[in-house]
Amino acid sequence: MRKVMLYVMIILICLPGSMLFAAGQQEEEMVELDFSSWRTEDVDVYEAIIAMFEEENPGISVTYSPYKTEEYQTVLAANFKGGTAADVIHLRAYGNFEQFAKPGYLMPLTEDIIPELAKYSAQSLAGSTSITDGNVYGVPYASQSLVIYYNTAMYAELGLTPPESWDEFISNLEACAAAGITPLANGTKTGWMDEVMSGVICPTFYGGNDFYYDILDGKTGFDDPKYAGALEKLHSLAEYMPSGFTGLEYVESQMLFLNEMAAHFIGGIWEDSYFSKQNEDLDYDIFIGPPAQKGGAQYISTFMDGSFGINKATPNSDEAIKFVNFMASKEVQQYISDNLGVKTEHPEVVPTKPLLMKVMDPSLTTTPYMMLVSFRYEQPSGSSLIQSGLQALFGGDKTSEEVVADVQKGIATYFEPFQN
Amino acid sequence: MNNKGQTLWILFFIVPGLSLVSIVIIYPLFASLLNSFYAWDGFTRMEFVGLQNFKTVFTQYPYNERFFNAIGNNLKWFISSMVIQNTFGLLFGYLLSRRIKGHEIYKRVFFMPVLLSIIAVGFLWKLYYNPQFGLFMKLFTALGWDFMNRAWLGDSSTATYAIILMNIWRWTGFPTLVFLAAMDNVPEECLESAHMDGTPEWTMFWKITFPLIIPAIMVITVLTLIGSINVFEQVYTMADLDGAPNYATDTLGTLFYRSAFGSQASTVPEISIGSSLSVIIYVLCLGLSVLNILGFQKKEVQL
Repeated sequence: MRKVMLYVMIILICLPGSMLFAAGQQEEEMVELDFSSWRTEDVDVYEAIIAMFEEENPGISVTYSPYKTEEYQTVLAANFKGGTAADVIHLRAYGNFEQFAKPGYLMPLTEDIIPELAKYSAQSLAGSTSITDGNVYGVPYASQSLVIYYNTAMYAELGLTPPESWDEFISNLEACAAAGITPLANGTKTGWMDEVMSGVICPTFYGGNDFYYDILDGKTGFDDPKYAGALEKLHSLAEYMPSGFTGLEYVESQMLFLNEMAAHFIGGIWEDSYFSKQNEDLDYDIFIGPPAQKGGAQYISTFMDGSFGINKATPNSDEAIKFVNFMASKEVQQYISDNLGVKTEHPEVVPTKPLLMKVMDPSLTTTPYMMLVSFRYEQPSGSSLIQSGLQALFGGDKTSEEVVADVQKGIATYFEPFQN
Repeated sequence: MNNKGQTLWILFFIVPGLSLVSIVIIYPLFASLLNSFYAWDGFTRMEFVGLQNFKTVFTQYPYNERFFNAIGNNLKWFISSMVIQNTFGLLFGYLLSRRIKGHEIYKRVFFMPVLLSIIAVGFLWKLYYNPQFGLFMKLFTALGWDFMNRAWLGDSSTATYAIILMNIWRWTGFPTLVFLAAMDNVPEECLESAHMDGTPEWTMFWKITFPLIIPAIMVITVLTLIGSINVFEQVYTMADLDGAPNYATDTLGTLFYRSAFGSQASTVPEISIGSSLSVIIYVLCLGLSVLNILGFQKKEVQL
């Protein structure tokens, strides 16, 4: 009797599993693709693109799964390791995607499988080309530029004009403060935003591309007084930031600008679509990080922000390829440019957003967003060093000399030109 | 036959639990130990390197700096929790055991935060601490305490303590209840006779109640120790994976997670370093807990 009961219990335990298995066999033929991204603010745009794709491809359904920006790399790493990564993956650029391409988690993309790739230049593909094997792993999504947003209504009220030099910028900030307006919305608690601020303010003071190439050649180091001086200029903006700025995060800083509680916001061109959607009554425009002297070279930090790649282990590779090829098409790239206000790399796309035309002004000197483009491949990454260093600088825990010494010391542990 | 049936029954009850524990606890533990002895290239295991990864954690910049900084913060967690949280737990437990007016209500109120999700509480407290819109800032302004209006989570000297305070608020109900249960088990006649002899309240607590609740204190101390070494969610929700600002709130938990899986800023995951850190966390938890238990066992008294 007991034995019978035992067998009955074993059968009962196994039953749900077998039912699941049976249910799996009855599923319909519809192929479901999962598409992961860090762009939580752009859900509407991606869902519209997916709807266009699904209309053209009735047998495929795509689900957009965005994750918090700060956690996305970690989520991807854990999902790849655990075998649960999405089919189509919005990849970050440079070292951020290399870490997944190198171990073979991503499908190399060739013109045979993604014919649209033929239209993109090698330079456009740099952010998604592996430095290890030279293969392309993603269709470019956008290149980003770092800028300063300002509230045009406040500028009009105070009779201000966009600054053409650092001194004019400071005097505009002073004018806002004198009028009782918080001049700058940025806080420093979110590390990557500190790096963004350095990308906007510092190049003109450390000497832009000359300094960048000197660093790459090992002719100078981050402990160069020019670099410390540039950080010090950035630090001098602290007095124009909101009270308690060391405790303010990225989203809270955005809120201050969106709700017209501050006059400026240092950020990226990607904020445009979010700002315009969140507060339709907000009157704003951008200017580029001002040059040290009026008439001097005006640097704009740019970087490839990411690409659309394919999980090599996806069981639906044909459908994923179809989707990524669609993402590479002129139609989608134009839609992204028009609706997200980012610069896309497809040569036939014509920018229509006014802010986008401003960052593409030929009189500007583009400069690489240094730590992301060149020092995010190994540990400790240049980004982690400068982000924590800037928090220490703004928090009064370290001087700019101490910060640059730490950056130099950290990068020298793997960057050969610094080791001699 | 009977014996065989019994064995089958025992297996039937043990195997599901044991397989679960093996898969989610024992296997990862030994996998981490094994992984920590190898070099890693991204997610690919390379050659055996012995204790090299541990050496890196302890001696090489910036790993050593981050490690000792994190362990220092874990120590802050342990000391603050022991001194503040558990002292209040003991006090509240004692007051409740003396059946003060409204003790039944207090008991429930104290325990309520323990039931809340730590992630939700962390996010809420982060909003409370916000230097621009936060509840605390509004409260301090209303009270005229402008000197208290500062970026509690943004200042490296206060950030860790601000997070610990949140945890104390959330968790004090737990030691309170454990101490209360222990005190309720102290024989009433001992306390009554002492009371009739005119023994002051403080002496009664110190000489009778306290020695008899040593086992409860041991349990709470060990749990606080393990909780302080493993602290992760609290920092993750209130200061992100990088332990902002400038690693001021970093703990072994966030350092391990960041090292193993990368983050927005540090980017490159290093399974070798992550695995070594997880082994160190395990050894610390086990070693210190055992020492604690041995230490307390000597102090235990029995009626």
